[in-house]
Amino acid sequence: MKWMLLLSNNAMAEGGAFMPPAVTDIAGQVNNLYSFILWASFISCVILIGGMIYFVLKYKRRTNNDKTPYISHNTFLEFLWSFIPLVFFLAFFGWGWWIYHQMRIMPDNALEVHVFGRQWSWEFVYKSGKTSGNEFVVPVNKPVKLIMTSKDVIHSFYVPSMRIKQDVVPGKYTTLSFTSEKLGEFQVFCTEYCGTTHSGMLAKLKVVTQEEYEKWIQENEEGMTLSQKGEKYMKDKGCIACHSIDGSPKVGPTWKGVWGQSHTFNDGSTASVDENYVRESILNPNAKVVKGFQAGVMPTFQGQLNEDQINALIEFIKSLK
Amino acid sequence: MGHTSTGKNYINEFAGIKSWLTSLDHKRIGLMYMISVLTFFLVGGIMALLIRLELFQAGPGILGNGDTYNQVMTYHGAIMVFMVIVPGIPAILGNFFLPLHIGAKDVAFPRLNLASWYVFMIGAALAISTFFTTKIDTGWTFYTPYSIKTNTAVVSMVMAAFIMGMSSILTGLNFIVTVHKLRAPGMTMGRIPLFVWAIYSTAVLQVIATPVLGITLLLLAVERLFGIGIFNPELGGDPVLFQHFFWFYSHPAVYIMILPAMGIVSELIATFSRKTIFGYTAIAYSSIGIAAVSFFVWGHHMFVSGQSAVAGLVFSFLTMLVGVPTAIKMFNWLATLYRGSISFQSPMLYALGFLFLFAIGGVTGIMLAVIGLDVHFHDTYFVVAHFHYVMVGGTLMALMGGFYYWMPKMFGKMYDEGMARLSFVFIFIGFNVTFFPQFVLGAMGMPRRYFDYLPAYESLNKISTVGSWLIGIGFLISLYTIIKSLMSGAPAPMNPWGSKTLEWLTPSPPPHHNFDDEPVVTAGPYEYK
Repeated sequence: MKWMLLLSNNAMAEGGAFMPPAVTDIAGQVNNLYSFILWASFISCVILIGGMIYFVLKYKRRTNNDKTPYISHNTFLEFLWSFIPLVFFLAFFGWGWWIYHQMRIMPDNALEVHVFGRQWSWEFVYKSGKTSGNEFVVPVNKPVKLIMTSKDVIHSFYVPSMRIKQDVVPGKYTTLSFTSEKLGEFQVFCTEYCGTTHSGMLAKLKVVTQEEYEKWIQENEEGMTLSQKGEKYMKDKGCIACHSIDGSPKVGPTWKGVWGQSHTFNDGSTASVDENYVRESILNPNAKVVKGFQAGVMPTFQGQLNEDQINALIEFIKSLK
Repeated sequence: MGHTSTGKNYINEFAGIKSWLTSLDHKRIGLMYMISVLTFFLVGGIMALLIRLELFQAGPGILGNGDTYNQVMTYHGAIMVFMVIVPGIPAILGNFFLPLHIGAKDVAFPRLNLASWYVFMIGAALAISTFFTTKIDTGWTFYTPYSIKTNTAVVSMVMAAFIMGMSSILTGLNFIVTVHKLRAPGMTMGRIPLFVWAIYSTAVLQVIATPVLGITLLLLAVERLFGIGIFNPELGGDPVLFQHFFWFYSHPAVYIMILPAMGIVSELIATFSRKTIFGYTAIAYSSIGIAAVSFFVWGHHMFVSGQSAVAGLVFSFLTMLVGVPTAIKMFNWLATLYRGSISFQSPMLYALGFLFLFAIGGVTGIMLAVIGLDVHFHDTYFVVAHFHYVMVGGTLMALMGGFYYWMPKMFGKMYDEGMARLSFVFIFIGFNVTFFPQFVLGAMGMPRRYFDYLPAYESLNKISTVGSWLIGIGFLISLYTIIKSLMSGAPAPMNPWGSKTLEWLTPSPPPHHNFDDEPVVTAGPYEYK
């Protein structure tokens, strides 16, 4: 019963009882909130369960003719035990929301890494074009942003030491960010059930110094960067026929400087140009047609471009400042 | 004592298997549900023991490979949810005692009631039949696009769940009408027992929520059979849409599973404290409150699914609200114990066990509703531990307590109190040994639905597996106790516990028509004065 001793002694006192060591600022915040709720829960269980045990022992049946008082209700007490839990619940909610809000802020200067989930392994694609399977190397103290999608079924990217998790869904991009403050090797799990070897879909997240990272990223670098690949696909697939890269309008809007801009569409709605927008425009071009351009001109590229190629095209568009 | 003047009761008035299979008597239909559901519970329980045996050590064990493990895990979940816990209390004890509780001769639509059982059995047979074909490995949640791509018997299984859902809707409809139309003279809505309030709230959920599951599963079947792109991204569908649809039913379903248990606990605590229930109105309305809010919290199953941050905010907030009526119930039960005359007969032990385990299940549920914490806990063993504390520690404990409480009425036989208490001790201790370590495993980061795990998780998994053996022994003792009581139990008096609800005013077992004279109600259900 070692774990019971642990529970009563030190583990609850220090942040994040039983959780793996926290390596990010956010993970530290999660620990604080967890400790607070754990204590509040412990106290409320002591009140409920302790009260129950006290009452059943104190008011144990003495004779078969015991008389009990008729107490139908007590409005004040009932108000108290509705209101006090509500206040605590709302406090937990607010604090939890604040932490989540910070988790979801994507830093501007982040190192962007593309993550692909597939049955049953992870693939990490860096901007230099370097691809790494199941070994994910990032520099310490540098914000990292993951742009993730799946090649088959839904997976979920989970790093317990950083308290982060996000589903990796086929057909769309999801994002995740973290900044590790510690060097070391951390476990990555898949946490959305994905079949036969779901429990074997593991990866190692290695946080190294900036120098080691740069050395690693240049190893085995061959061929082109991701955005160079994108430029090639743009020409190979014929995008260049309708879209310019120098700012001049053609049949379709130019790609130059569009990244991050807000587009207004024929139906009056607006959206900013990001990964999911570009992806949608490639696969379902008529979903959002930029104001001033005609619908129905561009064919879908569904089935003609694979995930790697769409990804490279997005990188290329990003590079066209 | 305990016999009608003629000596006839609902069991011996008609004889032969045909008289059972064509019976329109709600009590007989309740017993038929009992036999079917207990059989499925045995199957689901064996699956659970196999899962724990496999996880006794890191690396492949008794089940050999991931595919087999995934199938066993799926059957455990699907059988326990769709064939045991959802129908469990309403279809067995609700069928038997709802009409008795309100002083009615039967449910409003006896033929529909029998039809519900047949529909349920057809669905169950289809579900079991998949075991002899290509089996199924999607988990009980059938998430797309995995469920579209796997080559297992998804269509048969979702059709089975669809058919069983139909049965659930019919039962719910029957109960709603029964409560509104068949109450005995003087049985106002303010005088119906809390068990009836709970079954009534559940029935509303069954009627409103289950059709959404039905149509979702039908869409999934259509997608698989005809390649229509609703959920498959390769055909332009949205896999996350399935999760929205699925949880729109399956979150209310959580309350379909727990509300009837809360109803039983209210009955047990009042009876075995010989005391008026504290806050009848608050408990009754909190059932309705839980039922209403439960429709708007489904997104808390999807905090990391890629739904928008704003949706996460709203769902986390609403989930906190659903915690309040649950807390109200817990405190009201506690207050009922105050200055009571408390006896420790086994139904009460199960009710107290419920309070203990549900308190832990409740606070850990709040942790999971806190969005910043859920990101860490989501899809880990923390969630597994939480919902077993609620579903097993809550619903199954209440079901067992209800069985022991009502057995004398249902069969006219008393059971061996010592054996029943022994089974409680094994189940209660075994349950905590099995599932408490899983909270710790979850906090450590062990994901759920894993056939294999890292060596760091091994010792806690071993403890958990040993606990599952204790639970198994506990249920075997219960099975022995029940069979022994049926064979050679002492005859039960009309009202062995000194309860105040109507079912105890008729002989044990009750006559075919429930009451020799229609009861006239002049007081509330817990007037222990």
